Amino acid sequence: MATTVHEPPKIDAGRDSTRLPGNGNSRNLVPADGKLPAVRDYSPPPASTGIWVVLASIGMSFLAFTSALVVRKAALDWQHLTLPPILYLNTLVLIASSFALEVARRRIGAFMRRRESQVASPTRWLYMALFLGLLFVAGQYGAWLQLRSQGLYLSTNPNSSFFYVLTAIHALHVLGGLTGLARVVYRLNKSILRKSTLDATAYYWHFMDGLWLYLLVLLWMKL
Amino acid sequence: MHDASAHNQVAHHAPPTSFIRKHVFSLDHKVIGKQYYGLALVAVLVGMALSWLMRIHLGWTNFAIPGLHLLSKNGAPGNVMTPEFYLQLMTMHATIMVFFVLTTAPFAAFGNYFLPIQVGAEDMPFPHFNMMSFWVTFVAFLVLVSSFFVGQGPTLGGWTQYAPLSALGEVTGPGQGSGVVLWAISIAMFCVGQLLGSLNFITTTLDMRTRGMSLWRLPLSSWSWFITSCMGLTAFAVLMPACILLILDHVAGTSFFAPGGSVINDQVQPHSGGSTLLWQHLFWFFGHPEVYIAIVPGMGIVSHVLVTNMRKPMLSHRVLVYSFGALAVLSYMVYGHHMFVSGMNPVSSLAFSFPTLIITIPSTVIVLIWLGSLYGAKLRINAASLFSLGFISMFIAGGVSGFFLAQPSTDIMLHATYFVVGHFHMVMGVAAMFGIFAGTYFWFPKMFGRMMNETLGRIHFWFSFVGAYAIFMPFHYLGMAGNVRRYQAFTPDYMQPLVPLHQFITIAALVTGVAQLVFLYNLFHSRFWGKPASDNPWQATSLEWSTPTTPPPHNNFGDKLPEVYHDPYQYGVESSLGDYVMQASPEQVKTVHDEA
Amino acid sequence: MAKFFAITILVIAILSAIPILRHTWWMAEDISTHGAPIDEQMSETMAEAGISFLASQFILAFFIWKFSNPRPGEKIKNFPGGAKAMVWAAVLLVGTEVLALGVFGAKAWANVYFTPPSSSAMPVQVQSGQFAFYFRYPGPDGKFAPIHPELISESTQNFYGLDTNNDPDAKDDIVTAEMAIPVNREIHLLMHSKDVGHSFFVPELRVQQDFVPGLDLSLHFTATKVGRYEIVCTQLCGLGHYNMKAYLSVLSQQDFDDWMKKEAAMQ
Repeated sequence: MATTVHEPPKIDAGRDSTRLPGNGNSRNLVPADGKLPAVRDYSPPPASTGIWVVLASIGMSFLAFTSALVVRKAALDWQHLTLPPILYLNTLVLIASSFALEVARRRIGAFMRRRESQVASPTRWLYMALFLGLLFVAGQYGAWLQLRSQGLYLSTNPNSSFFYVLTAIHALHVLGGLTGLARVVYRLNKSILRKSTLDATAYYWHFMDGLWLYLLVLLWMKL
Repeated sequence: MHDASAHNQVAHHAPPTSFIRKHVFSLDHKVIGKQYYGLALVAVLVGMALSWLMRIHLGWTNFAIPGLHLLSKNGAPGNVMTPEFYLQLMTMHATIMVFFVLTTAPFAAFGNYFLPIQVGAEDMPFPHFNMMSFWVTFVAFLVLVSSFFVGQGPTLGGWTQYAPLSALGEVTGPGQGSGVVLWAISIAMFCVGQLLGSLNFITTTLDMRTRGMSLWRLPLSSWSWFITSCMGLTAFAVLMPACILLILDHVAGTSFFAPGGSVINDQVQPHSGGSTLLWQHLFWFFGHPEVYIAIVPGMGIVSHVLVTNMRKPMLSHRVLVYSFGALAVLSYMVYGHHMFVSGMNPVSSLAFSFPTLIITIPSTVIVLIWLGSLYGAKLRINAASLFSLGFISMFIAGGVSGFFLAQPSTDIMLHATYFVVGHFHMVMGVAAMFGIFAGTYFWFPKMFGRMMNETLGRIHFWFSFVGAYAIFMPFHYLGMAGNVRRYQAFTPDYMQPLVPLHQFITIAALVTGVAQLVFLYNLFHSRFWGKPASDNPWQATSLEWSTPTTPPPHNNFGDKLPEVYHDPYQYGVESSLGDYVMQASPEQVKTVHDEA
Repeated sequence: MAKFFAITILVIAILSAIPILRHTWWMAEDISTHGAPIDEQMSETMAEAGISFLASQFILAFFIWKFSNPRPGEKIKNFPGGAKAMVWAAVLLVGTEVLALGVFGAKAWANVYFTPPSSSAMPVQVQSGQFAFYFRYPGPDGKFAPIHPELISESTQNFYGLDTNNDPDAKDDIVTAEMAIPVNREIHLLMHSKDVGHSFFVPELRVQQDFVPGLDLSLHFTATKVGRYEIVCTQLCGLGHYNMKAYLSVLSQQDFDDWMKKEAAMQ
């Protein structure tokens, strides 16, 4: 017979308990008087973790598309496709949009960390990001029109198929991001925006940016 | 604002009052978990009914099944199944079982219900996504089943949907047009549902744990759901693009998977250059992890149930968790073993063979830890523990046949035979089902506040255990004798002597299937008239047994979230409760054990 | 209950093993030159799988028997070796076991797939389609005429889409629905599909290979025993899949020459 006395029961200190409001839930936000200065980030981290999960899965999907393209390229019917020049303009627009969002995010962030007593016109920058994002999608639509006018449709050849599929699915994700941005603006105006929501949206938006650059290089090299 | 006093205050979000919000479009993870369970239950009944029809046909090919013609316009003239209808039933059986039963029940249903409670959270972090996850999955199921009633019926291409049979349209067979499109839409939607689910599972595990609940204090079931959701995140993200491309081949005339120069009915098909192996690569990159998505939650549930009924902790909690993780990582490196004879480079076949063999090691570690933990246990026998032990037996039986299929040289003889069918039915079909049953008998009292009938549970177990062996062991013999799968009848001469064995299997399947009705009866009867359950009927330790009421209240823990003081499975100790101490109890305990 | 369960597990494990040990249902006799290592690999794998299966089921049954229904007041015991022993057992025993299997299996596989066919191998072409195999022999000129998919026609029995009017190479090509090969002669089988995926499986020959549309694949083998064997399709190809088969006749050289003459006359 042997007896082992256990360690005294303890709360594992591995977790930063101050970071956690205990219930770990997102419903503990207290909007004050509807004014921006009342916005504080008491939110637990799920949104900031969740966004990486989302990005991982989107990245995985596009890797799958990429491998499909690489495998399919080996076939004999692969031809060359000149990318519509408007794409390069769209790229600039999307980067500018990211930039605008980042400005807004930093300003709100600095305010929340109380580095600044007032937050300078974040809404204007958010609207700018939103507008540029819409412009990007419209520009992508323009690119499709350009291809159409050359007689290149979805099923014309494998190159055009991949072009339409990849750009369309990316554009759908951008539209999703625009919805997120609109939500951020809405919540900001109602003073119920959480920093983690803003950050998550911004990461998503920058990811769309990076993803687009990746796709552009891929299409440019492979098509 | 973060003072300690505010620490365990649960923000009150009032429980919903309207019927729709409470039971239909509910945001409560517990309701969503039960909805998933209900969906899986409907799906498994459909899937089992389909398998009965197939088994009857395989045993007695010209047998007229009364009323069969009602299911399909052309599929069963005179109630005798046509070859194409057999393949359609087979495809639907597999798709329904793999996606809507083996993925939804152990992972989405139990995971949704118990993961937040086991980590000590009030709910999942994104309840709206969670609700969407279920309803998208539900619609996906409806879309899949609707293909029975559209055009020429569901697709006959098998659940793997190999191109170009799946990509060329109706010319390749009935159901290969609209049937495939509906199949692909359904699966793509299913992927969306599971991606949303995985998002919630991962964030719940990482961010929603209550005070004191470090990762290593998570119960094994939570670990298995977490690891599974990581697999799901990557696997379903690959299957969805593949389905999108497949749909485009049908509706937009593209040639992603449809090769050029195919001649069907003397007509050259209007496609060019599509890669048929591309589909196989994309599909199996999803397909193999999917097998582990089906089985790892079962392993977690079984470990959780066993440890409670053994009254002693696992030999090593961490080694089990690491092994689950190793399975998950390796599952991505082995998918090529499905393609040994597919015309893939023979060097690749060898390259895929070794990781496949290596996956034996974590699997063996898991089994040995279970067996080693049984040593010196104070094992309680009840329906839940019987199914858990049955799971181990089935997992071993199904696992060892993997040796043959992992090697390209022996796979030459066994590929696409009933040996493969026997292997995966045992290891991911029956074993996973046993995990679901074990979970059901174990957690039913918590979910519904009533005990299930133990006698009926044991009857259900005996028929299922013996029946499963009687059905699926002979599959291996058929495979050794070269019986090819996906045949609706056995015209090759060498297969005809095998028909009596098929008839034996059919009878075993019917008997075992009927025994499942006992379970169904038990489930419904106990739901309403079962003996009321106490808060902790199994003297278990994890947080789901610490809820203030049974079933748990809307916010799981009432006014105060629990704090965790102990590792998950403190059994075999001396405490005020007896031989266990609950995770949320601050009591100090000591272990007493015999020297080995 | 627990003891009964333990006995059930034992009985099931033993009953499951009996048909395997007695070869009640077993692989057809090997008639190929490359099949011996495959069969040997199969037996070795069966031995390892069988021992693992029986041993683990016995241990499971024994522990269930021994450790259920404990006396009141009995304490739990720990497994002497602990988890470490288990991990080492898995890594050393099972690890080396399966790696050995893998290495020897790789040899058997390389034996089939990494050796090129000899230059004297007899070429035979096989085309799979829904739901039949057609075979083609090059005829006296030793050349296969090119295939024109648009000419393929079931009604005129131009299964291969040969341009017999304009193409001199096509005139002497012999297309058959049955495959005949001379015994003890290496065959180089050139495989292609005209529509969807199929597979070429002859259990006695120890070959199974998918047809992949858009990809030309080949197999080579030597049959050592005269006889008539079945070729079956193992890749789901549509509603007639279950009935897609052809016969393989392994003939003596003399019989093969006669058969070839007869078939040539029928073209």
